Amino acid sequence: MFTSPYITKPVSVSEIMLKVMLALLPGIGFYVWYYGPAILVSITLASVTALATEAAMLKLRDRPVAPFLKDNSALLTAWLLALSIPPLAPWWLVVVGTLFAISISKHLYGGLGNNPFNPAMIGYAVLIISFPVQMTHWLTPHPVGHPELSFIEQLGYIFSGVLPRGLTLDAVTMATPLDTLKTQLHLGLSVGEIRDMPIYGRLAGKGSEMVATGFAIGGLYLLWNRIISWHLPIVYLGTLYATAGLFHVIDPAHYVTPLFHLFSGAAMIGAFFILTDPVTSPTTPRGKIIFAAGAGILTYLIRAFGGFPDGMAFATLLMNICVPLIDAYTQPKVFGKKAKGAQK
Amino acid sequence: MRQLHRFHGGVHPPTNKTQSSETPIIASAMPSKLVIPLHQHVGNIARPVVSVGEHVLKGQVIGKADGRLSSAVHASTSGTIATIGYSKVAHPSGMDDLCVTLIPDGKDEWVANLGADYRELSHTDIRHRLRDAGVVGLGGAVFPSDMKLYGGKHQIKTLVLNGAECEPYITCDDRLMRERAAEILLGAEMMRDLLHAEEVVVGIEDNKPEALAAMQQAIVDGKHARMEAVAVPTVYPGGGAKQLIRVLTGIEVAAGVRSTEMGVQCFNVATAYSAYRAISYGEPMLSRVVTVTGNVERPQNYEVLLGTPVAELVAQAGLKSGTQGYIMGGPMMGFLLPSDQVGVVKATNCIIATAPTLFPAPAPTMPCIRCTRCAEVCPAELQPQELHWFAKAREFGKAQDYHLFDCIECGACSYVCPSNIPLVQYYRYAKSEIWARERDKTAADTARQRHEYRQFRLEREKQEKAEKLAQKERAALLAKQQADAAAATANTDEDAQARIQAAMARVQAQHDATQPRNTANLTPEQQAKIDEIEARRAHIQELAHPEADLDKHHEPPKE
Repeated sequence: MFTSPYITKPVSVSEIMLKVMLALLPGIGFYVWYYGPAILVSITLASVTALATEAAMLKLRDRPVAPFLKDNSALLTAWLLALSIPPLAPWWLVVVGTLFAISISKHLYGGLGNNPFNPAMIGYAVLIISFPVQMTHWLTPHPVGHPELSFIEQLGYIFSGVLPRGLTLDAVTMATPLDTLKTQLHLGLSVGEIRDMPIYGRLAGKGSEMVATGFAIGGLYLLWNRIISWHLPIVYLGTLYATAGLFHVIDPAHYVTPLFHLFSGAAMIGAFFILTDPVTSPTTPRGKIIFAAGAGILTYLIRAFGGFPDGMAFATLLMNICVPLIDAYTQPKVFGKKAKGAQK
Repeated sequence: MRQLHRFHGGVHPPTNKTQSSETPIIASAMPSKLVIPLHQHVGNIARPVVSVGEHVLKGQVIGKADGRLSSAVHASTSGTIATIGYSKVAHPSGMDDLCVTLIPDGKDEWVANLGADYRELSHTDIRHRLRDAGVVGLGGAVFPSDMKLYGGKHQIKTLVLNGAECEPYITCDDRLMRERAAEILLGAEMMRDLLHAEEVVVGIEDNKPEALAAMQQAIVDGKHARMEAVAVPTVYPGGGAKQLIRVLTGIEVAAGVRSTEMGVQCFNVATAYSAYRAISYGEPMLSRVVTVTGNVERPQNYEVLLGTPVAELVAQAGLKSGTQGYIMGGPMMGFLLPSDQVGVVKATNCIIATAPTLFPAPAPTMPCIRCTRCAEVCPAELQPQELHWFAKAREFGKAQDYHLFDCIECGACSYVCPSNIPLVQYYRYAKSEIWARERDKTAADTARQRHEYRQFRLEREKQEKAEKLAQKERAALLAKQQADAAAATANTDEDAQARIQAAMARVQAQHDATQPRNTANLTPEQQAKIDEIEARRAHIQELAHPEADLDKHHEPPKE
């Protein structure tokens, strides 16, 4: 302690990251409830991989290992990535994704605080481009009524790729509600007909809508605790809602309701947990609004007109590139220089 | 009710004030020696006017104000001057400064001092008296108060009296307001009259209800018109002059702008008290109230003679074991004293004995994660995280573009930083680097200008020489041609005569051509006038370019 201030608020990076992870728990809880415990296996796999990769990279970069392992940032990346990929995926899928996220998109850019792109989203992008088939086999939530796998059977598939006799992968998995919507629209069905399919519930996909609700609950906890500011989630969801609403009003047969978009795919987890990554989002209030609005519009455009069923990850990454520019052009006026005619 | 305003950000650190705020101010014991720095204020250091071995009386001037921006320094008690020399002082630079060491004789014998009713004094006289009494701002800036009491060309509407005392631990103003409210207000009234201000508003944070009540009562008791004591929300740094002005008047004073330009002047409550004592009782600034707190048995406010060694002061409060150092000021903006032997100065509002139990070592610094908690609390509405990146990357130009110099170094950003980054330290570093570069640049510019002028002068002299030579050659050639021609026609004495006359005529013509006509054939009066003007010009040039004397080799650039 050489210079003032000599006191600091007892808050740390690791505590912030931990609170964000805590806020993921309601969503994870719903996940397990509707899809079985396979997701816990992916989260564990991703966590172990993330910590090992983080330690190895820190060693290679000649940085102190212990304080950075304790900052929980690698764990958070691992959890977010595990939550964005199908839980019933082969074990190496999550390992490769996490490895890439931590080593390439985090440490090669300089580690904590220096990565321009959201590492979890980079991991997701790598996987969906490299392994599109494995990335589309999502577990069927149990309200849909397909045959369900026990935990042991899920483990068996994850680690050895073997399913119980008489079951095929297609029997226990399905495309995501967003994916189904997209393919069925291509086949000429109307939104109304598609929404009558058994996989859809009140808001969006059965099961997944509740997982999204769980993430929203966690997000509100983060807002309440001022871990995140309102700008990013509210503007993102608002823009997504407005854009989807506009298209829905124009042509309800081809464009699904805006609420469906909010509770589908990665919209909720993205709004509260991914866009809000402070390292890769703008720092100014106006910048956050521009960033979130851009991500909202891009998410919708990719979902409705792009080649991928969900657009959250790519929207985030595209907006991540713009962050330095957004920050530079949205600097707020400082104290005493807001009045008209105040000297510069 | 007064309409209060808000300023952006701020933090709520634990206040730790009650330890020292509940007991009355007591006089500190007479120390064994007083180490009185001659530079306790903003501006020129006071000129020592005593000699070693001299006996001085309490209140006697030992350092005279030197120049317009300076302040006097006095003997805090009667005694003998032991030494005048450089020693450690209570200043963040940690550098030595000129101090007068006084050994008290224990009699505490006053020099004759004359108080007066300020209403009977001219404003100029009051300002002179304040300056001679060494009255400077006691809120920490130690700016000579007389300089701030010119109404000047700006109409002052509001005189803000700062009793906010937002820093944790410090309670000296709290106690002063509780115990000496009447005198503070009399001082404020005098200041208000000097400034021709319309109103006085005292801002007191609402965690000091007793001080607020005392001040409000004193306003009523003293029948002070156009005065108001107002509770302001407790939020650090609500006692920063700009923040308090904003809260009380809604006016935002930008960096580099004087609040007087916007019709507001601000003084600390203790300054008003000292100004009142200086005029009404003729008492120079010899002591001040200092909070002694932290790792001591009995946290307490003391009336301390300026120059009292910190070690002797804290000993009275019962220093606890484990003390590792002393912070002067509060924990947010204070600094560690270089030694416990430094004397208390006019800027010393608080001494905190530090111990690891009270101020644990900060956790290791982590990288910035751009969480912008710092921006959320910055009262200057800066983007501290950006400034940190720029300072770290030594991009000082960028740091200035992002308003580095609007930073008031309040420390709120560092306080909330989850990565424990010593942000303020980065800003201090960037500021000092920029200042150093500007100094270097000015020096380089001056040197370059001198060099360029020298080159220009040498070139000019060369040209002039060459021209003269060419002229001479032309004249010689012409003369030769004419001589040849003359020789060709006739070679008689008459011709020679004519040639001589012609040559003389040419010389005269040349002379006429070179002499400026309007200065030839001057009357003595005209000549005298010219001489006078020349002398004045030389004097002005000397004033404008004092370095000319120091460096005669290089002519300074002219106009």
